Amino acid sequence: MKFSKEDVVQIAKLSRLHIDEEELKQYQEDLASILGYVEKLQELNTDDVPEFQHAAGGVNVFRDDVVKESDAETRRLAIENFSEREGDLLKVQAVFSNRTE
Amino acid sequence: MDVSTLTIKEAGEKLASGEMTAEALTQNYLDRISEQDESIHAFISVSESALDEARAIDARRALGESLGPLAGIPIGIKDNMLVQGWEVTSAAQILEGHIGIYNATVIDRLKQAGAVLIGGTNMDDAAMGSSTETSHHGPTMNPWDKTKVPGGSSGGSAAAVAAGFVPGALGSDTGGSIRQPAALCGIVGLKPTYGRVSRYGLIALASSLDQIGPITHTVEDSAIMLQAIEGYDPKDSTSATLTNTTVPSLIEKDVTGMTLGIPKEYFGSGMDPRVRDVVMEAVQELERAGAKIKEISLPHAEYALATYYIIQPAEASSNLGRLDGLRYGYHSGGENLQETYERTRGEGFGTEVKRRIMLGSYTLSAGYYDAYYRKALKVRTLIKQDFDEAFKDVDAILSPTSPTVAWNIGEKFNDPLAMYLADIYTVTANLATIPGMSVPCGFVDGLPVGLQILAKPFDEYSLFKVGATFQDRTAWHTQTPT
Repeated sequence: MKFSKEDVVQIAKLSRLHIDEEELKQYQEDLASILGYVEKLQELNTDDVPEFQHAAGGVNVFRDDVVKESDAETRRLAIENFSEREGDLLKVQAVFSNRTE
Repeated sequence: MDVSTLTIKEAGEKLASGEMTAEALTQNYLDRISEQDESIHAFISVSESALDEARAIDARRALGESLGPLAGIPIGIKDNMLVQGWEVTSAAQILEGHIGIYNATVIDRLKQAGAVLIGGTNMDDAAMGSSTETSHHGPTMNPWDKTKVPGGSSGGSAAAVAAGFVPGALGSDTGGSIRQPAALCGIVGLKPTYGRVSRYGLIALASSLDQIGPITHTVEDSAIMLQAIEGYDPKDSTSATLTNTTVPSLIEKDVTGMTLGIPKEYFGSGMDPRVRDVVMEAVQELERAGAKIKEISLPHAEYALATYYIIQPAEASSNLGRLDGLRYGYHSGGENLQETYERTRGEGFGTEVKRRIMLGSYTLSAGYYDAYYRKALKVRTLIKQDFDEAFKDVDAILSPTSPTVAWNIGEKFNDPLAMYLADIYTVTANLATIPGMSVPCGFVDGLPVGLQILAKPFDEYSLFKVGATFQDRTAWHTQTPT
C-alpha cells in the first residue's frame, strides 16, 4: 500500500485537521500499514453478498415533529458551553467570505 | 468495614437490613478513592453530590418508601456518558470544559433505580484505544500490577471495580471496550445486544457498533445493573422494544443440556498458549457442570478485525465531525472558519483519534468507498451469517476475551496495528450485533484471564446462565489485587 505525503495532506484537509509537518511522515506510515492490513478483505469474493444494512434491523422510526420547550437549566448550561457568544447567541466566524482561495 | 470486595447484591442487602447506611457506604468508597486512586487513576472526576444523593436515599428508606434495585449503591460512570452539570470529556482534550446539559438515558435510569453516581471514570481518548493510555488525563494503571495497562477503552471503569472503589460501573463497548478491560482486570464485563440499552447521551464513537453495559464483580450483579438500564427509549431510535426483560432472580446456575460451541478459528495462532490453557480449563469446568462442548467454525473470523477497522473509523470520522470547537469544548481560533476548524481539531484530537478520522475520511472518499467501506459492509454480512449458522447448533459460544493478559504500559503505544490486535476476539460481537460477556477464569503470571461467552441477539439470559454457573463452581472472581 503506497501512501504519499500529499495524500495525507489531502485527507487531513478533507477531515478538517491541521497536521504538523513533522507528524506527516508518521501518519503516512501508519495509514499505509493499517490500509495494508485491511487489504486482506480483497481475498474474499463478495459479488453476491448483500451489504450489511442496519444494525437494528433496518426499520424506519417516525414520529411527529413537535416542539418541546427546554427548561431554564438546560438552556443556561447549553449557552455557557459556547466558546464565544454575544449575549445568549453563539458567535461564529462567517461561513462564506468574499475572498477566493 | 472493608467494602472493597462487596458485590452490589451484598451491599444492597446490608443497606436493606439497616446494617449500613448509604451515606456510610458511599463515604467508605470515597475514602478508598482518595487514599488509593492516585496510584491507579481510575477516576477523572469525583462527584461532589454523591454523599447528598446517598443521604437522600437513606432518608427515603427511613420513611419506608419503596426503593429501586440499586438504592444507595455507588456506581462509576465512564466519562463519555452525559450527566447534567458534570464536566464530561470522553477523556479528550477537544471536549475540555464541556458540561453535560442533560442526562443520558442510562443515567436517568440508574437514578430511578436509586444508584449514587460517584464520579467519571478514565478511558481512552474519545474511546479509541485498548489500553486507556491515550486519555488526555493520563493513563490508568492495572490494579493487579501498576506497571501494566488495565485494557481499554473503559479501563477506568474496570480498574475502579477491580480496585474496590465501586461495586459496579458503566462502560461502553464498540469493539471490546467493556469486555477486554474486564478480562485484563479480573472482573465481569457485559456488552448487551445492539438495541437493548439506549445510547441517548452517549458520546458516539461508531453508531452501528456502540453499546453501553455494566462492569461488576459477579454475573448476578451484571444482571442487576442491566435490568436497571435496559429497555426501549424513544430518544434512541435504534433501541429495541424488549420481549425478554432481564430478571436477575430467574437466572439458573445450571448448564445441563446446554450446548456450548468452541470456534476453532479462535484458538489458533496469535494467542498466548498459557491463556489458551486457562480458557480450555474453564471450558472443561463447564463440561463437568453438564454442558455439551462442540467444536464449531466461524469461517470469516480472520476477516473480522480488518472489517472492524474499516467500519469503525468510517463511522467515527462522521460522528466526530460535530466536534468543531464552536458550541462546546476546546476552541482554537484561526483567521477564518476553515482555519478555526483545522486548528481546534488538530490541537484538540489526540494522535490515535486523528489517525482514525483520516482513515475513515479516506475509506469513505470517492474512488475508495467501494473498495473499502462497501466491501467491509459485505464482509460484515458474512460474519453475521457465520454466527447465525453457528447458533443453529449451539446455545452459546466460548472463547478467550483477549489473546494476552495485561501488557506493560507503553509497550504497544506506538504500534497501532499491534494495539488493534488486542480486540481480535471481541470485535465480532459488535459486528454481528450479538451480546458478549467476559468472566474471570484464571491467571497467567499473576494477571487475570477472561473467558468470553457469546450468545444469540437478545439472549443475554444464556450468558448469565453460563457465567453464573461458572462463578458458582469457581472462585476466580473472589480474588482481589493486593
